[in-house]
Amino acid sequence: MLHLLQARFRHGYQAIPDPLTVGIDPAFPGLPELAIDADLELLNKLCPTKAFTSQGLDLGRCIFCGLCSRKYPEMIVFRPNYKMAADSREKLIMAPGQTVLPKMDFMLPRKFRYSFALRSVSAAGCNACEMELGASNNVNFDISRYGVETVASPRHADALILTGPISRNMADALNETWRAIPEPKYLILCGACAISGGLFADSAAIDRSFLKHWQACLYIPGCPAHPLSIVSAMYSIMRGS
Amino acid sequence: MLKTDVNYSPVLEPPQIESLDSFLDRIRRLVIQGFQPLAFFGTNEKLIYALLGKPHELELFCTPFPESLHYPSLTPEFPAFQIFERELYEEYGIVPSNHPWLKSVRHPLGGSIKIEDYSFLSSDSKLIHEVGVGPVHAGVIEPGHFRFLMQGEIVEHLEIQLGYQHRDLINMLISGSLAQKMPLVETIAGDTVIGHGTAYCRLVESLAESSPQANDIRSLLLEMERVAMHLSTLSALAGDVAYIMGQNLFAALRTTVINSTLSICGSRFGKRALCVGGVNYPLNKTLIDTLKAKMHKCAVQIRSTTEAMFACTSLLSRFDDTGKISNADALRFGFSGISAKASGVAVDARADFPIWGYPGFEVQTESTGDVYARANLRYMEIMQSLQMIQELLDQIDPSAPIQAPVNELIPDRIAISIVEGARGRIVHIAKSKDAHSALWYKVIDPSLMNWQALSMAVANEQISDFPLCNKSFDLSYCGSDL
Repeated sequence: MLHLLQARFRHGYQAIPDPLTVGIDPAFPGLPELAIDADLELLNKLCPTKAFTSQGLDLGRCIFCGLCSRKYPEMIVFRPNYKMAADSREKLIMAPGQTVLPKMDFMLPRKFRYSFALRSVSAAGCNACEMELGASNNVNFDISRYGVETVASPRHADALILTGPISRNMADALNETWRAIPEPKYLILCGACAISGGLFADSAAIDRSFLKHWQACLYIPGCPAHPLSIVSAMYSIMRGS
Repeated sequence: MLKTDVNYSPVLEPPQIESLDSFLDRIRRLVIQGFQPLAFFGTNEKLIYALLGKPHELELFCTPFPESLHYPSLTPEFPAFQIFERELYEEYGIVPSNHPWLKSVRHPLGGSIKIEDYSFLSSDSKLIHEVGVGPVHAGVIEPGHFRFLMQGEIVEHLEIQLGYQHRDLINMLISGSLAQKMPLVETIAGDTVIGHGTAYCRLVESLAESSPQANDIRSLLLEMERVAMHLSTLSALAGDVAYIMGQNLFAALRTTVINSTLSICGSRFGKRALCVGGVNYPLNKTLIDTLKAKMHKCAVQIRSTTEAMFACTSLLSRFDDTGKISNADALRFGFSGISAKASGVAVDARADFPIWGYPGFEVQTESTGDVYARANLRYMEIMQSLQMIQELLDQIDPSAPIQAPVNELIPDRIAISIVEGARGRIVHIAKSKDAHSALWYKVIDPSLMNWQALSMAVANEQISDFPLCNKSFDLSYCGSDL
């Protein structure tokens, strides 16, 4: 018992008091800013996921590897801003000169304001997004303070949160899990792989047809998505940003 | 102090092609002498390669695909070959005759059996019932399927079916420029970024005959990754037996460690940190001092949390004698990492094939091979790694260069790279095709062989102990499925 008290005492208070406003290490590469005159074609040549389009940088494809910003810091910087999420695929594109993502229009119905149950499905995720999703509920980030819980059965879930690019071998299991969630149900895509296929977009072993049939309500970019990004994104669809 | 003059990432001329009989004879002879199979695989040159090793010795040799596409299986004699022979069968249709369990491994594209049609071992006995778990699990984890044959509450047999995570990663590695595959390698197992990343970097550098900079920073990141992964496992083990305080304290400690990794490279998993030729981010004096203080505080907290946890008798009654792997089995099946070391088998690539030299390094082992042994060994390794981290932080010179130029690859060479990741021995082996790309590339995550350990550990245990046993091994799904 003494051991226990000693360990607990040494530990102090670990929860982040407010994960919606807390600062993050300046080394964290979050929301990028593209210079007005950034040469998008040049940047795209470096990019392993070809995330630069003629409109700007697609955060749904970006894996935040830093290849572009290390080589051309005058064209692109990744700010330590973890508030990265959108309610549509189009809103994830950061145009040159843009500094924040557009406000989200999507809000869950009021009944989910204080209680929202997630069923996680990893479909060929590399275990980084999965671990960050798990960490969102640990003693530091504690997403359950807002009423978000991860449930074991899809029958108890309000939403499916998908990580990974969806391997062919997981396509059926993903469909089955989605079908088992009662209406109303929502789909959330977490991480570059889930949103766009990421590095595996062109892999022959990937089957993303599930996403042709179902529309996500929330996209959380990252490789992996940071727990603070996950927490703030969930909060904003439950209670507004 | 780390020495950098040792190099067990050798680069070789392709070995002489030998006949099947002499190939198999050589394997038998070496295994009897104490060599372990590190890799055994077919390639697109229609050759079967075998890589066997024992401390400070590696043997690589090859034979053409047998004309009949059949050869006598090595598995009945040496079970460590079981998964390699299954993989060879799945990828190239070469049948190891008399293999006791010749089933598919990953269900790749173009495979003969779809993953849905996999046939599990079943029983007609009225005393046996079946329990299927997965691929979608209760927690937030990767997919895999576990099929239990149960007699009451007791597990008679566990069959583990993987392949759900298969992403065709190896084919993506060999298409295009090999030196630009770092982001892809970081996803082999997203929780072993530095382990696989270091193996890949060393391999490319060997093929290009270049020596990298910043070995000390790489080594630091590797040990930090080990500490973080072991803490994650300890947290989950505590959670599995409802010791909530341990679950929370270890999780918070892991946060401290991976946030420290983030302060180095921007990613909590060490993504972005490594590059062929060195590392991407230097460590300045302020950061080194901060890391030293943080890691020191972590060590104190980890010690007191572990002491409190192992003073809890209800926890020990769940850990002790649960999920045992005998020393003989760990050796015969060629397990590595915690799965082997907890059963008294002192295999550790940091001692056996050091990539940087760790003077004074002693492989930590436990003897009982149960959940307790694997948990306590993780604690021992954490403390050892934290000690190494302090030494490395003392040694790192903030003004030293962090990247070296890397030459083009030398065509038609084979390079081998072995790294001790948090889960055990990571082996990468590849042959260069031309100055830029690889002809073939083979990745062997320790989990590929260690999954068998989980299956053996739960036999004759209660099914309620399965989550605990599973977590005590903490194996990678995507590392095996690739």
